[in-house]
Amino acid sequence: MNFQIATLLGQDGLTNGAIYALLALSILLVFTVTRILLIPLGEFVTFGALTMAAMQMGKAPKLEWLLLGLVLIDCVLDLYQQIKYHIDRNKMKKIALKLGYALAMIGLLNNLPLSEIPMACQVLLTLCLIVPLGPIMYRLFFQPLADAPALVLLIVSIALHVAMVGIGLLLFGPEGARTQPFSDTGFRLGAVMLKSQTLWVILVSIFLIVTLFIAFERTLYGKALRATAVNRMGARLQGISPVFAGKATFALAAFIGSASGILIAPITTLYYDSGFIISLKGFVGAIIGGLVSYPIAAIGAIAVGMIEAFSMFWASNYKEIIVFTLIIPFLIWRSMNSHHVEDDE
Amino acid sequence: MKSRNLIIFGLVVLAIAPQVLPTFQVTLLNYIGLYALVVLGLVLLTGVGGMTSFGQAAFVGLGAYSTAYLTTTEQLPSWLAWSAGSPWIGLLIGLILTAAVALFLGALTLKLSGHYLPLGTIAWGISLYYLFGTMSSMGGHTGISGLPSLSLFGVLLDKGEKIYYLIWAILMLAVWITSNLLNSREGRAIRALKGGQLMAESMGVNTFRSKMVIFLISALFAGISGWLYAHTQRFVNPTPFGLSMGIDYLFMALVGGVGSVWGALLGAGILTMLKQWLQDWLPLVMGGNGQYEAIVLGLLIVFMMQRSPGGIWPLLVKFAPASWRNQDHIKISSSATELPRRDLPKKGKLVLEACNVTRRFGGLIANNQMNLKLHAGEVLALIGPNGAGKSTMFNQLSAVDTPSDGEVLFLNQSLKGKSSRQVAQMGMSRTFQHVKLLTSMTVLENVALGAHMRGNKGIISSALHLEREEEQRLLKEAQYQLERVGLGEHLYTEAGSLSLGQQRILEIARALCADPCVLLLDEPAAGLRHKEKQALAELLKKLRQEGLAILLVEHDMDFVMNLADRIVVMEFGEKIAEGLPEEIQTNPAVLEAYLGGAE
Repeated sequence: MNFQIATLLGQDGLTNGAIYALLALSILLVFTVTRILLIPLGEFVTFGALTMAAMQMGKAPKLEWLLLGLVLIDCVLDLYQQIKYHIDRNKMKKIALKLGYALAMIGLLNNLPLSEIPMACQVLLTLCLIVPLGPIMYRLFFQPLADAPALVLLIVSIALHVAMVGIGLLLFGPEGARTQPFSDTGFRLGAVMLKSQTLWVILVSIFLIVTLFIAFERTLYGKALRATAVNRMGARLQGISPVFAGKATFALAAFIGSASGILIAPITTLYYDSGFIISLKGFVGAIIGGLVSYPIAAIGAIAVGMIEAFSMFWASNYKEIIVFTLIIPFLIWRSMNSHHVEDDE
Repeated sequence: MKSRNLIIFGLVVLAIAPQVLPTFQVTLLNYIGLYALVVLGLVLLTGVGGMTSFGQAAFVGLGAYSTAYLTTTEQLPSWLAWSAGSPWIGLLIGLILTAAVALFLGALTLKLSGHYLPLGTIAWGISLYYLFGTMSSMGGHTGISGLPSLSLFGVLLDKGEKIYYLIWAILMLAVWITSNLLNSREGRAIRALKGGQLMAESMGVNTFRSKMVIFLISALFAGISGWLYAHTQRFVNPTPFGLSMGIDYLFMALVGGVGSVWGALLGAGILTMLKQWLQDWLPLVMGGNGQYEAIVLGLLIVFMMQRSPGGIWPLLVKFAPASWRNQDHIKISSSATELPRRDLPKKGKLVLEACNVTRRFGGLIANNQMNLKLHAGEVLALIGPNGAGKSTMFNQLSAVDTPSDGEVLFLNQSLKGKSSRQVAQMGMSRTFQHVKLLTSMTVLENVALGAHMRGNKGIISSALHLEREEEQRLLKEAQYQLERVGLGEHLYTEAGSLSLGQQRILEIARALCADPCVLLLDEPAAGLRHKEKQALAELLKKLRQEGLAILLVEHDMDFVMNLADRIVVMEFGEKIAEGLPEEIQTNPAVLEAYLGGAE
């Protein structure tokens, strides 16, 4: 291995590591606020990438029908509750708004010249399509189980992942896709050639992490979510709705997931079922952080990306195995340091 | 008795099935049997133990690949050359490997909170899948073919209809072993895992060991299934051992009903048929071919978890006639000999002592320089206003928590570094302020859990029911303690259906079942009616008479004043008074703490 190869691998590692870090952060966020291990996060990644790819080929992404379908079910449930309990004007307005949004998205996607509009608009449309899926999924699948044991939440999470992979196949087909890079230029830093997409990924990741940090430290809503993560019951007694907290974190997770997908789509070919492995690497980072610490999880995720890149060079066949056995030393360490019998909720 | 007839009828149907069904259906039944064996392990793990694993398919793969490699390779390692590629050596080595991996994974994750086992098994499942796919000695993604057929007593099991009998015989054996195990002392310890591990540990159960045992058993069931699979198919490749199959196994367990051994069979059957049917039918509706059944299955599981998390088996049981449902009660033979009792310390001997115990939580001092002494044959009451630090003190005394300073001496030994399990073994038994019972188990079984430490028969004799004599003695002890506390007519009632007061009494019976010399009671009279309180006081007086040392934390002053020999009063984490009940009633510091002082 010479310096040239090392810098190339390092760039790859850093790019992937930054993505894994983003995913690890949203996994932790969802877990601490709702106790759910969000296995389907990877599907948001592939949905994001494949939606962008469909747009660049000038096709309206079929994901719009999933949005419409879920919104319809959501509205029917809302209506049912309205009729069963009491009529609240606001609720009817909300239903109309949701339906209007879904129909407007479909209208836009089918009438705009998707492959010709600027890339920023494609990104915006993709996010507008995917982010609402997060809160709707929380409402349909997890909200009725908010008080269930953690094991049930995990099972539902896995089941949702299985269903979403199937839906991915139905909507996007079995072919893989890759999108155009954000910009074509490369940068030269001394003897090292930097790929522009690498810079994009790293810059956007840092921007997102910093924004999240500020949002959680400085804004009332961020503080409300943090309070929920610290003590669910306490937060509830302070008037923070657990439903709001759940929907907000799922929206954030859908946003981070699809943004990650858009970021890496120009670098790797993604298939409908690629998301799982990607999100699991985020999980490895989260486990290294002990499912509680954000900074350690982020550092762990970047290490995962680096080790993955370098094992590609030395033992490419065993890359996945090496990455997943990374958790062993951390599990040993945690196991040795836990003395007390834990009573799970 | 009806349920036994039903089982016999089922076995007869199973025996006739391959003679009358077409080959395709027999093959399907073979698969169902193989899957059900794996799912049975998951029922034990998930339904009974409250843990879960996505790595079962990888254990199946380990069992299958071990035998595939050993029976087909031309270069057996020299120390195995004598075996000449026998499938039985394949089975043995496969099971040893499976057990080794399960022990390793268990040691890593089972001490940690509940999320690490599923995550760890996901990583293990993926790693093994890639490993099989890359290793050229294992045939890579094309796999290994040409495995020999099994032969048993000279009969070559080379057809589906023949190996069918072996598969189902092993499955039935596994069902028998599992139900035996659950219905034993070890089984009670395993079932206690779901009801709070602190309680189980306080009854002397090694919860880590119990978890490891069921994880190991479930892995071994999967390994055996893999061995059978390899010799049924006579071909292995990595696909059926990947993570998605691991998820499917869990789905089978959930659909069938994770709480019952029969749920495993039902779930494996339903899901296998449903998948078959969906694969034929969905592509016609959706067009093209893809794995669309995943969408249906995934949503089905979500729906089930929301509507009927117990699976289909409990729904079926609900429809069955009541006479079938009433399970035969465990009979307690009157001839069982009594369990040996521990020698109680002489009356008046110091048994439990707190020396300058201080417990700090950050800046908060919950207990400050607390001293108290408890002697054999006395009732000591610990009282104080809410927030005085009584519960923290209780935790220090029962070794649930460790003091920041000072120490607790029990029978002249320091409790520093001891677990609640060790303390239980030394002869301290306790009840809980918030009742901790296994609500779906009978009263008798709940109390028998208290006698856990007084039996010593292990997993294997439990699984084969070779420990019936000891079991009878344990149950008889439980019955005796229940009659003693006045719950004698509720032996077979579900513990969850008792009133709160009765549940508190049950906890006392459970604690007594451990044959303690010190009894710690956390608010035993809360929620009791007047008559029940009187009965409880009588019981405690009798126990005191027998030489037990009793410490109680209590709010009911009438109860305390009439019962306690001495009283310790706490406020703001400190002892403010100690003495006889009459002294305490007139003590100015106590009056001030309870009623507020005169300004």
